[in-house]
Amino acid sequence: MSQVSTSPALGIATKPERRDIGLRRRYAAERRFRLYGMAAIAFGLLFLFLLLFSVVSKGYTAFQQTMITIPIEFSQQIIDKNNERATNPQKLVTANYPVVARNALAKVLGVSEDDRAGLKAVNGMISDSVRVQLRNLVTADPSIIGTTQTVTVLAHGDLDSAFKGQIDLTVPETNRKVSDKQVGWMNQLAESGALSKHFNTGLFTNGASSRPEAAGVGVALIGSLYMMLIVLVLSLPIGVAASIYLEEFAPKNRFTDLIEVNINNLAAVPSIVYGLLGLAVFINFAGFPRSAALVGGLVLTLMTLPTIIIATRAALKAVPPSIRSAALGLGASKMQTVFHHVLPLAMPGILTGTIIGLAHALGETAPLLLIGMVAFVADVPATPMDPATALPVQIYMWANEAERAFVERTSGAIIVLLIFLILMNVGAILLRRRFERRW
Amino acid sequence: MNMMSEAAVEKALDRQMNDISYKMIGKDVSVYYGEKRALYDVNLNVRENTVTALIGPSGCGKSTFLRTLNRMNDTIDGCRVTGRITLDSDDIYDPNIDVVELRARVGMVFQKPNPFPKSIYENVAYGPRIHGLAKAKADMDAIVEQSLQKAGLWNEVKDRLHEGGTGLSGGQQQRLCIARAVAVSPEVILMDEPCSALDPIATAKVEELIHELRTNFTIVIVTHSMQQAARVSQRTAMFHLGNLVEENDTDKMFTNPDDQRTQDYIMGRFG
Repeated sequence: MSQVSTSPALGIATKPERRDIGLRRRYAAERRFRLYGMAAIAFGLLFLFLLLFSVVSKGYTAFQQTMITIPIEFSQQIIDKNNERATNPQKLVTANYPVVARNALAKVLGVSEDDRAGLKAVNGMISDSVRVQLRNLVTADPSIIGTTQTVTVLAHGDLDSAFKGQIDLTVPETNRKVSDKQVGWMNQLAESGALSKHFNTGLFTNGASSRPEAAGVGVALIGSLYMMLIVLVLSLPIGVAASIYLEEFAPKNRFTDLIEVNINNLAAVPSIVYGLLGLAVFINFAGFPRSAALVGGLVLTLMTLPTIIIATRAALKAVPPSIRSAALGLGASKMQTVFHHVLPLAMPGILTGTIIGLAHALGETAPLLLIGMVAFVADVPATPMDPATALPVQIYMWANEAERAFVERTSGAIIVLLIFLILMNVGAILLRRRFERRW
Repeated sequence: MNMMSEAAVEKALDRQMNDISYKMIGKDVSVYYGEKRALYDVNLNVRENTVTALIGPSGCGKSTFLRTLNRMNDTIDGCRVTGRITLDSDDIYDPNIDVVELRARVGMVFQKPNPFPKSIYENVAYGPRIHGLAKAKADMDAIVEQSLQKAGLWNEVKDRLHEGGTGLSGGQQQRLCIARAVAVSPEVILMDEPCSALDPIATAKVEELIHELRTNFTIVIVTHSMQQAARVSQRTAMFHLGNLVEENDTDKMFTNPDDQRTQDYIMGRFG
């Protein structure tokens, strides 16, 4: 066992003088950069939060609607005084249903049938849409005439706003839309349980209406749905086919360069220009109907195509060339190489690009204004050839309305639009995960 | 009877020694990438059931020549090939020759293992499937098994044929690529530095495999490693600056080359 000596002769090199390689400066720069980044993100989050807060706080009340549940007497006296409904089918359609509802509410509130001012005030509490509602009830089943039915009717938009606390009651009575008397009745009805807030299904099913309580985004939703289907069905195959041809098959020469530059430019063209193009080509030249979802879909397809082509080409470019070589080296034809190997690998990118393009199209307003989709459409469009509106256009139209109740509906429609956009983006992420493969 | 057969065997061996049959013949092959010329009138013949190694410094044109043999250069824009290359008796640059058919006869293994991002089974079955080589599923199973066995990978992957091919180690991936090339039953297999991305143990396995494959296939291999060329090949061709410097038996090439530049390169004086 020899002793291992820690030899004092073990030479240690003399440490050279320490150089200043600017470490402090470099670390400080990095810290500063991180700080900028965090500040930028915080700034962005703040504004996102403000936006969402403002929209949601204004819009959540739109999903509730004040309704009045009262027993209504379908008086033969008012609806069909001379009992001629068997001979004159127009009788039941043109009957004065608002008076039926007004009288019923007046009875509940104990207002005399001779008090004209009182009756007028009572009438102002019920939505005009009651005319259609009661007419539909009666025409569906004429036997209810002469009986008393419990019916839930929409409260007038102003009363709805008052009940939701959106009307400042300290303002002098003459300067506001609801009188003190109406507010008193409202509270009385609310206490008895006849007047209460219900979930606003009408917001999703009704079409345009000048009465805010009866207005909804139903037509706009269907119009937007038709347009999205048209955009998807047209732009995905056309865009992907064009990108595959340009990226994989076309020779690289001046002409294809020119096409590429033009596609990139088209992606930057203001959307209103596409609206003008659609107006000139699809409506004036091809003679398609105005305000139709078909034309809107075609215009949005033109607008979305460059986005999809650019995204698809980027996704195709990102597929490693070694995969192409492997397939070609095995004797796969160019087409087999693309469809068996390149396209599946590019799929996540293509789908993401497509859904981002679709989401962009869903929120587009300007081109739709030019092709007449900014229209008052009350009937649900049965086909894409019928007049329709779109969600963002509906928002634009409601934003121009004066009534207090339209303000909350504007925000409510924005919430619906945002939910659709979020759903589409979640779909994009899920599809991406589903198709993503490592190589 | 016994004597006769022995004589016949001897005669056959004799013929193999003397009558060399060439699988591919390259005559005055020049390649241009746009204006730039990459190969200058190369005359190189590839012998049947032989491993031919192409060596030379980087950028000497050896990979370019390899890629002319199955027209993989066609995929590069602006690439032009002149001269004549035949496979058996067919001019492979003849307009009547179908490039898909050519590549089914001349397979290729690349520098970096590039399995498809699919299962091991699908990787091997892809070639036979597109060429319609297997009628029934059982035939396909047989082709996949044989190919993987030829590539020496069967025992390692037989229990996980339906797992991803990209999950294998680098050496296994390269052998999978070889199995994939073998599955199409090509006549010639081109290998472009197949071991440059592999560690020494995986390299040894692939080299052993190349040795075995020689009985059934004609192999052309590009390599940067002189030792590898010496180990696996029977014939070696040396390229320099786009010219074919020398082509000879590997033994002669590494002991007594005809050309001074070959000598210098092998001795490590340049390259």
